[in-house]
Amino acid sequence: MMDALRAADGRRLAALAAMRERWRALPKPMRFAVVVALVALLYGLPNLNIPLIRTPDTDFTSVLFLVAIYVLVAVGLNVVIGLAGLLDLGYIGFYAVGAYTVAIFASPSSVVATKLPWLACIPLAIGIAMLSGVILGWPTLRLRGDYLAIVTLGFGEIVRLIAVNWDVPNGQRGISGIPGPPGTWADGSPLFGLIDVRPFYWLALTVVIVCMLAVGRLEHSRVGRSWLAIREDEDAAEVMGVNTFKFKLWAFAIGAALGGLSGALFASKQAFINSDSFDLLTSILFVAAVVLGGSGNMAGVTVGAILISYLPERFRGFADYRLLVFGIALVAIMVFRPQGLIPSRRRAVELKDKREEAVVV
Amino acid sequence: MNIDFLLSDFGELTITGLTQGAIYALIALGYTLVYGVLRLINFAHSEVFMIGTFASLGVWTAAGFGLNSGDPGTLAVLGLLGLAIVAAMLASGATAAVLEMVAYRPLRRRNAPNLVFLITAIGASVVIAEAAGVLTGRRPSGLPTLVRPVEVLNIGGASITNLQLGILACALAMMVALDLFINRTRMGRGVRAVAQDPQTSALMGVDKDRVILLIFVLGGMMAGVAAVLYNIKIGSTTYNVGFLLGIKAFAAAVLGGIGNLRGALLGGLLIGLVENYGAGLFGNEWMNAVAFVALVGVLLFRPTGLLGESLRGARA
Repeated sequence: MMDALRAADGRRLAALAAMRERWRALPKPMRFAVVVALVALLYGLPNLNIPLIRTPDTDFTSVLFLVAIYVLVAVGLNVVIGLAGLLDLGYIGFYAVGAYTVAIFASPSSVVATKLPWLACIPLAIGIAMLSGVILGWPTLRLRGDYLAIVTLGFGEIVRLIAVNWDVPNGQRGISGIPGPPGTWADGSPLFGLIDVRPFYWLALTVVIVCMLAVGRLEHSRVGRSWLAIREDEDAAEVMGVNTFKFKLWAFAIGAALGGLSGALFASKQAFINSDSFDLLTSILFVAAVVLGGSGNMAGVTVGAILISYLPERFRGFADYRLLVFGIALVAIMVFRPQGLIPSRRRAVELKDKREEAVVV
Repeated sequence: MNIDFLLSDFGELTITGLTQGAIYALIALGYTLVYGVLRLINFAHSEVFMIGTFASLGVWTAAGFGLNSGDPGTLAVLGLLGLAIVAAMLASGATAAVLEMVAYRPLRRRNAPNLVFLITAIGASVVIAEAAGVLTGRRPSGLPTLVRPVEVLNIGGASITNLQLGILACALAMMVALDLFINRTRMGRGVRAVAQDPQTSALMGVDKDRVILLIFVLGGMMAGVAAVLYNIKIGSTTYNVGFLLGIKAFAAAVLGGIGNLRGALLGGLLIGLVENYGAGLFGNEWMNAVAFVALVGVLLFRPTGLLGESLRGARA
């Protein structure tokens, strides 16, 4: 049984590798055409009535929006966990900071008098999230990995407790009337309304694509190489002249900025947020999305995020069991395939090397 | 800020904090044992504790002691307590052992990176908590009052109940027993040896897998005792009771210096005290925030915790 599963998984990986090879062999215009077709398909998803992938119990476009947000979160968290190798269990804190920044500064129902326009709130949300990343990272990034995990976990919980207890975020009663982006349809009705969610999905998808391209560029830059060096061996990186603290802080800040951005988008679409949306379990799901798909690999974390956000919505009928099934899947995938579903090539090679070493502990 | 309240109720807050802290410390031992030997954050340890609370509930129900029974006599109380502790230790220890054999051992064989262990632990934690949630219908289960709190001591206006005294004594006794076991017995020497250097100890004939199983079971048993103490203190349990307690206990282990048994005791008591003083000062709703801020604060100045890591550094 186990061997059969393992063999099947091996065949799946071989097929993936073969696809990668064929993709590389394609002429450039062809690759460009495929990418354009794929992006067009993604933009068209809410309008195309593809039967099996539609969610029976919830609005499909809203689910797509949620999936896009999770992908954005996973791309951001991948910078921290996958590239720089810093375990951040409290990523939801940055997400919450972004969401509450938009809510507090833009909503007419918040106690803060400034009613900033939405367009001003987004950079503000990114900025404040980034700042909180630096404030958290400055003292804690000197700690060793495992301690960092608990400190970030504590940070996420503190942000949640502030949201619950402080008057400005208004706890469980939350903040309502959060405005969306400006713009109107041709007939004058608002573009980003509560009824038609498609513009929100398109906006989120655009942001995801832009951020993926940006992070992809970053990954192959000097900064990205420094992150990989730190992840593999911090001491060696330091000796080789990488300013590890600086680059770790950068990873934290960039990750936080992306988290803040996704939170801000989430808040604008929901129009209402309260402290319930930001619990630690969700934060742990974020980490799971990154590791499940294959940390350090953009395609991997995207698949992980899609699975984590889409499957529970698709199978809402099993609502009571879905977390249970999720947990079992998490353990099973980790035991079978520690490098994630779609491992990054570099990571796969590392693990293969490691297996040939003598087993320690 | 409510400094008057903090000052007037200082004794009361101290004793509540110590009682709460003793329970944290017992759970923290499990984290610290596993971390000291394997360098693994056993995230699922909180669920090991949760299983213990249900085991003691189960054994009380089986013994015919329920929400509607009256106050049992002294002998019956001791009997029920003993029964619950044995049952909870067995159940929690067994859960921890299964966890190690099903989830962690295969990973160790494959030499997986640390992050993978952690995610597995998180997955296992979700599985156990959700399984309990599905089985209990996600409803909190009330527990009968085993010991009615009676004031037995009064130090400077702060009353100390028999319950608080009992919890503290029981927790301390368990910790002393564990400390003696690790430091004085042959098996304990094996644990310390593997913690120091797994390869060399394997060469010296220590069966590593057995030692690792042993530390999981020991940690589970401590969590089982903590579960019974928690039960008689709080009087109800649910499927997700372990989550927050587990995080606090882990924070306690880190605060004292993870991998250090006495550090777990110190960290647990400190977290209990700090959060109760904090609650007195800022109000109950800030209790958890105070605990975490204190943890972050201490780690900034002493990155390896108050007592440092010593299970590894101890002389065998």
